Amino acid sequence: MAESQVMIKGTRKGPSITLGEGEWKSLLAEVQDRLSQAPAFFRNSNVHVNVGNRNLSTDELRWLVNILGQHSVRLASLRTDSEVSSSAAETLQIRLALPESISDVPGVRVPTPDVSEGLLVRRTLRSGQLVQHPGHIVVVGDINPGAEVIAGGDVIVWGRVRGTVQAGALGDSGSIVCALDLAPAQLRIGKLIAISPEERVGRGADTSRKPEVAFVQDGQIVAEPWHPR
Amino acid sequence: MSGKIITVTSGKGGVGKTTVTANLAVALASMGHSVAAIDTDIGLRNLDIVMGLESRIVYDLVDVAEGRCHLSQALIKDRQLPSLCLLPASQTSNKTAISPHELGLIAAELRASNDFVFIDSPAGIEQGFQNAISTADQIIIVTTPEVTAVRSADRVIGLIETSGKKPGQLIINRIRPAMVRQGDMLNTYDVIEFLAIDLLGVIPDDEAIIIAANKGKPMSGDPTSLAGHAFRNIAQRLTGETVPFLPILEERAGLWSRVRAAARRGLNSLSHPRKMGSRS
Ligand SMILES: Nc1ncnc2c1ncn2[C@@H]1O[C@H](COP(=O)(O)OP(=O)(O)OP(=O)(O)O)[C@@H](O)[C@H]1O
Ligand SMILES: [Mg+2]
Repeated sequence: MAESQVMIKGTRKGPSITLGEGEWKSLLAEVQDRLSQAPAFFRNSNVHVNVGNRNLSTDELRWLVNILGQHSVRLASLRTDSEVSSSAAETLQIRLALPESISDVPGVRVPTPDVSEGLLVRRTLRSGQLVQHPGHIVVVGDINPGAEVIAGGDVIVWGRVRGTVQAGALGDSGSIVCALDLAPAQLRIGKLIAISPEERVGRGADTSRKPEVAFVQDGQIVAEPWHPR
Repeated sequence: MSGKIITVTSGKGGVGKTTVTANLAVALASMGHSVAAIDTDIGLRNLDIVMGLESRIVYDLVDVAEGRCHLSQALIKDRQLPSLCLLPASQTSNKTAISPHELGLIAAELRASNDFVFIDSPAGIEQGFQNAISTADQIIIVTTPEVTAVRSADRVIGLIETSGKKPGQLIINRIRPAMVRQGDMLNTYDVIEFLAIDLLGVIPDDEAIIIAANKGKPMSGDPTSLAGHAFRNIAQRLTGETVPFLPILEERAGLWSRVRAAARRGLNSLSHPRKMGSRS
């Protein structure tokens, strides 16, 4: 078998992935495999990717961002010698790393990548479980106390929310959170934080609850009941 | 013969794992099944005490794992119930003294000659917990109806899911019907709805359980006590029988089947489905 063209290293600032020669699609497939093999190593990490002088289109780069996102990994910076790849990164607002600087990338503030896809979670999320995705997250089930959902976009829950929910986690305060019963321990949208006033967490069903939508208005998180028309 | 390995676990400690293990083992053995119980709470063993077998321990689980004796030498047979035996935990080693692989081999050997093999696990979610669930065919999660215990149970159920095992079944222990009626305690329905898993049974809080444990005589044989009745019912459910839930403890039982079906779909809605108009 040929030597792997996907090189993964741990650095002080997080994992770095170097992608060598070969078809982009098969490299991505290998990245996907490698991420699944060591989920704990990568989860919640900021990776730095080096694509050398490969010319990447916006779509090709977006695929990489999505695959990383599926494994709760953020593309913190892209290193490339290609003009084409650089402009793709600029379109997606991905930070470009300066040559030889992977190990000293300063604090990461990654602007929202253009991720229109969503992640569907079809089960109850339990204490200690975390779901993270750069796009929207839809949960069919409850988010129990101690569980955490972090989305770059919106969070839609067909169920009860009792844990921690973060929408617009990459800074987008236009994101919304809606649920059939919205009483999170903590709710974040963009940079704002709200804490549930009621102590209902862990208690039984409260049948009086109505579906609500939370969003940012005048610099504050507000929740509004959903009225069927 | 090939029996079933049933691991009894919990999130929070002290909620009744050992009590449940001892009583279910005795109940099943009294019904004529052959039963082995393994105490994996290494360093804090007490299943032997609750079962009244402490004085007869010669070898233990760690001795078997490390090859100092044969499995048969370490097993202690119950005097009243010859189809019941215990493999005690070591009191001097620590919880990492045994690997999941070693425990798996021992449990598999016991399964070959017993209808039921119970594993009593240590408290916590560390190695001892992982060991105990790794070899299970079926997992029983014990909780009390307290918010902290239920939250910890939720965490453990999540870990069991993550480990790729089938979701466990729940026993709610130490329910006090009077408190539930006054609304001072979570009721069975609250707990099941929150945890969204199948209910195996509910056991009342009963001081006879403490007295029995102190005497080393599990009380599931006692025909007069409600707790004994609850244990026997659970034992029967484990053999595959459908036993109605006890009304005093398990009020609103009719709702559960729907709760569980809904939970399986990932929903917790209890309302009746509305028929959608069909296009004609
Ligand atoms: N239904 C009950 N009614 C009254 N007392 C009970 C009941 N169940 C358990 N107890 C008592 O609670 C205490 C703890 O029970 P047990 O030792 O079975 O818990 P455990 O989960 O095995 O604890 P550990 O996590 O320390 O192993 C014991 O004193 C026991 O007698
Ligand atoms: Mg115990």
